[in-house]
Amino acid sequence: MSELRHHLETVPESCVYYHTHHFLEQHQFLTPEPPNDFAYWVVNVLQEELIGERLAAIDTIQYHSLEALRKAILTTLDQFLAERPHLRKAPVGQEFHFMRCALFAIPTRFTARNLKEFVECLKKVGISSLYYHIFEGRLRPPLGVSDFSDWLEKNLGEKELARKIDRLDPYTLTMDGLRKKIIGFITD
Amino acid sequence: MPQLNDYEPIVGAQVLEELRYLAQALKGQRILHINSTAVGGGVAEILNRMLPLLTELGVESRWDVVKGGEEFYSVTKKIHNALHGHAQMFTPRDYEAFEEVQEANLKNMALDEDIIFIHDPQPIGLVKRKRDCGNRWLWRCHVDVSNPQREIWNFLEKYLQFYDKAVFSSPSFSQRLPIPQVLICPSIDPLSEKNRELMPDEISAVIQRLGIPLDKPLVTQVSRFDRLKDPVGVIKAFRQIQKYVDARLLLVGGSATDDPEGAQVYLEVKEAAGDDPDILVLLLPPTAHLEINAIQRASTVILQKSLKEGFGLTITEGLWKGKPVIAGAVGGIPLQITHKYSGILVHSIEGTAYWLKQLLQEPAFARKLGENGREHVRQNFLLTRHIRDYLLLFLSLDPNLKLH
Repeated sequence: MSELRHHLETVPESCVYYHTHHFLEQHQFLTPEPPNDFAYWVVNVLQEELIGERLAAIDTIQYHSLEALRKAILTTLDQFLAERPHLRKAPVGQEFHFMRCALFAIPTRFTARNLKEFVECLKKVGISSLYYHIFEGRLRPPLGVSDFSDWLEKNLGEKELARKIDRLDPYTLTMDGLRKKIIGFITD
Repeated sequence: MPQLNDYEPIVGAQVLEELRYLAQALKGQRILHINSTAVGGGVAEILNRMLPLLTELGVESRWDVVKGGEEFYSVTKKIHNALHGHAQMFTPRDYEAFEEVQEANLKNMALDEDIIFIHDPQPIGLVKRKRDCGNRWLWRCHVDVSNPQREIWNFLEKYLQFYDKAVFSSPSFSQRLPIPQVLICPSIDPLSEKNRELMPDEISAVIQRLGIPLDKPLVTQVSRFDRLKDPVGVIKAFRQIQKYVDARLLLVGGSATDDPEGAQVYLEVKEAAGDDPDILVLLLPPTAHLEINAIQRASTVILQKSLKEGFGLTITEGLWKGKPVIAGAVGGIPLQITHKYSGILVHSIEGTAYWLKQLLQEPAFARKLGENGREHVRQNFLLTRHIRDYLLLFLSLDPNLKLH
């Protein structure tokens, strides 16, 4: 656990991003899943359920930058390490491997000029597009706001709709659940 | 051969559209894949299915095979075992024979495509040509190298350092290397002869033709006759449950042209099976895809009790067919199976026996594991996801790309 903490402090931001976001694309069917790899590893490998639960409970959506999210995870680990002088070691072969990721953004053929077109596009775009505009968008300026909410508010004046989308916790939904929810906000 | 649109009912139109966007960005690039066998084994199977689709997407892809003799393949088999952590003795002649084959193949290959994608150690030395061609080279490792024999890893690293990137199937296989490493899991093709849906009468016809009785639940391990797949361990586990459960074990395997040990292991398995009428050992040619498909679909439980495993595509196949799978918790297998959710992970012969008995006696639980496993495969281990990852990998070779 102390090694996990040590490396987490210094790894590139894309590592923090990978280990707190890749489950969204990889485990569509298994939702709800532990929302980050740190929680999963601590529970399933180190058998430390208490700290695993605390790590899983970190509310990712509250943090508008990866640095802030990293600090929240580090603080949780520090609290635990201060209380626990004796630490368990991961069995050989089950070490935590920090991974980093690269983002590729490629334009699609979909363009929306009004709410009707926006809904039509939303029905057709791939989950990678949703992922990019909702999760990745929140981590780009303006921080904490998805690309969808930002566009709807600034370009269509749809403040209430933008607010509703921003109030969603997308981390607790499958990507298709998220798609349906946003379409529902517009069409209902 | 299926076309891209044939996958739409399985993965959805959006997944295919994403592939087209990515391929557009790579238009005009020529890719050459090189491995050591055109038939048999997971690598050949994946390349066979993937390349026509990449070409359909506009990414021109070709596949070539290195040619070597008996001596070369017995050295590469030793390398394979050593990479899996089973200590082997290498003589200076072994290294010479390996390098001679690299040189001989270099004389017959142009290797001037934009990207050269080398699969596994057998053709690794072809990278010598990189200096002359100035193209990009990738090394794809399909085996479990979490604990390799150092001597052989150091030997391969001599070549590896010249590659642009190395690709592994599991984070636990990564090594300290001077080049970037990429994680890409393999996949199965849901439309291939081995995985396509079969009608019940098609299954019965094949099973009847092969002479497999279905009067008892069928427990099957499909794999090459290779000690690392622990076929004798499977027989031992099955013998432990025979006094409680009425079932039949089937060990079915093909052979790959680059595996000289297969025949010997097959004899060991036959001997372990003895004359027990409830333990069947079946040798099928590597092209028996329909037969494997029917056998997997007719099985009640699928086993893959590997001691070492790069990824374990037979597990993916079993899960895709909605079958409960019991598999060794090694290599890339835990990426496919979450214990007690989408299958069962085991560490021993005793554990295999225990869970086999459980699944045979609790069909509702077994069915749930199979259903969850199938959805996990749909999301993560089908050919379309694999193509997407390869396209992204090719894009990542752009020298202007910056990683944060």
